[in-house]
Amino acid sequence: MAGLQSQDFARISATNFRPPDVRHDFEVAKLIDVSKCIGCKACQAACLQWNDLREEIGFNTGVFDNPHDLTPHSWTVMRFTEWENPQSGNLEWLIRKDGCMHCADPGCLKACPSPGAIVQYNNGIVDFISENCIGCGYCVKGCPFNIPRINQADHKAYKCTLCSDRVAVGQAPACAKACPTGAIVFGTKQAMLDHARTRITDLKSRGFQNAGIYDPPGVGGTHVMYVLHHADQPQLYAGLPQNPRISPVVELWKGVTKYAGLAAVGFAAAFAFVHATVARRNDVSRAEDREAEHVIDEEAARGRQA
Amino acid sequence: MAVRREETRTTVDRYPGRVRVNHWITAISLILLAISGAALFHPTLFFLSSLFGSGSNARMIHPWIGVVLLASFAVLFIQMVRHNFWTRTDTQWIRHVGDAMSGHDERLPEVGKYNGGQKLVFWMMALLIIILFASGIMIWFEYFGGTFTIEQQRFGHIVHALAAVAMLLVVIVHIYAGFYVRGTISAMTEGKVTGGWAYRHHRLWLRKEAREGVIDERQTPPGHGFSRPAE
Repeated sequence: MAGLQSQDFARISATNFRPPDVRHDFEVAKLIDVSKCIGCKACQAACLQWNDLREEIGFNTGVFDNPHDLTPHSWTVMRFTEWENPQSGNLEWLIRKDGCMHCADPGCLKACPSPGAIVQYNNGIVDFISENCIGCGYCVKGCPFNIPRINQADHKAYKCTLCSDRVAVGQAPACAKACPTGAIVFGTKQAMLDHARTRITDLKSRGFQNAGIYDPPGVGGTHVMYVLHHADQPQLYAGLPQNPRISPVVELWKGVTKYAGLAAVGFAAAFAFVHATVARRNDVSRAEDREAEHVIDEEAARGRQA
Repeated sequence: MAVRREETRTTVDRYPGRVRVNHWITAISLILLAISGAALFHPTLFFLSSLFGSGSNARMIHPWIGVVLLASFAVLFIQMVRHNFWTRTDTQWIRHVGDAMSGHDERLPEVGKYNGGQKLVFWMMALLIIILFASGIMIWFEYFGGTFTIEQQRFGHIVHALAAVAMLLVVIVHIYAGFYVRGTISAMTEGKVTGGWAYRHHRLWLRKEAREGVIDERQTPPGHGFSRPAE
């Protein structure tokens, strides 16, 4: 099992054994304060640079989003929304840095069929281990945020690693390091929650009564959190889900179906073996061989008459 | 298709070469699909993917084997469907399935080329292969990942998994019935069964085949005069 923090797994995809947990770690989190974001895309540039990725030259369709969606190369993308606040009449420019949320209960990991292709470190980072990835795209269906992308050149899934390589050596993710306004901060989850609280107090004092933190409990909380001015309506921010959770269809598929299916097939096979051992032998008797000759003679004669 | 009087036994032709070859293409495809599918279905069975080289290979080849299966089964379907239409006798036979399973075939109604159980297997396979192929297309990420929404693909996955389990159950019934009912397997290996087997299990079919002609393949036919070469 290759990983950057080889003894630090909280979960490993498609395995029955308990991952080693000799080391324990602080849970980390990245806090994205949407209210401080100026949409400069420094985070996107830093992400491409640190991870040595190159995005294809895109095209302009009249919106600021560039690229237009997450891709196997762009693990983070700023999504721009123009929203007219009906209460104040103001036009608000809502900019959300989209990317992997590093769920505490990761749907991608639950859906993954390949042992060790998706791991969750004890610090909360959910990482794709490419050498174990088989390119099936199950993670895409498992994710409640529509984040993973499959590269059709190498058939591997890609997404934000939360710079697990940087975090492992005590560095903040590249995007947080590059952010010029301090909209992206990184630290322990507790420190980020505390920091968010001060930001929410500030926003409320400035008239954003519904300011709040986005740390959705449906996926056990996330290790990438947002401070939103309109936390009551997260879907305003380019469709951030109100109450994300692993799809019940995925839960059914990867839960009871997996065990019941195996049990049903196993039981049927076992029944066949038991039946083969105890049932009365179903074989042709000599009498039936003789009867067959009579029938054949009879019918052949009938056939010749016709 | 005919009844043949051979030197030491009487046989009835059951499947010509083209059906047998097609059956085994279907069977081998199905087994390969079951192995590669099981590898992706449950972590404990992931090791089965190494039979295909790697998990990636299993993921890559599984849908293509599915295409082969669909094609070969489609031909098999055309070859067999006319013998598989449901009749009242089949309902009666299904009611007596316990007798078939306890080797009391004498208590069963006389049936033609296929009994109710076999017809059920035939139609279940046809139905499940259609469901598996349709749902399989939905989750064939390499080519159809962009065609269907993620929600549709999730639905495709659960349907594919459930249909695959049902398919395996039908296959287990099919394979086991072939072994349990002695004398059956030669139908798909040599293409023929013994007269006694046909009499015990498919008497109406035996009658029909005998009416159509008995071929004497013995070197020196005994002088009973009952067996002239047909036609």
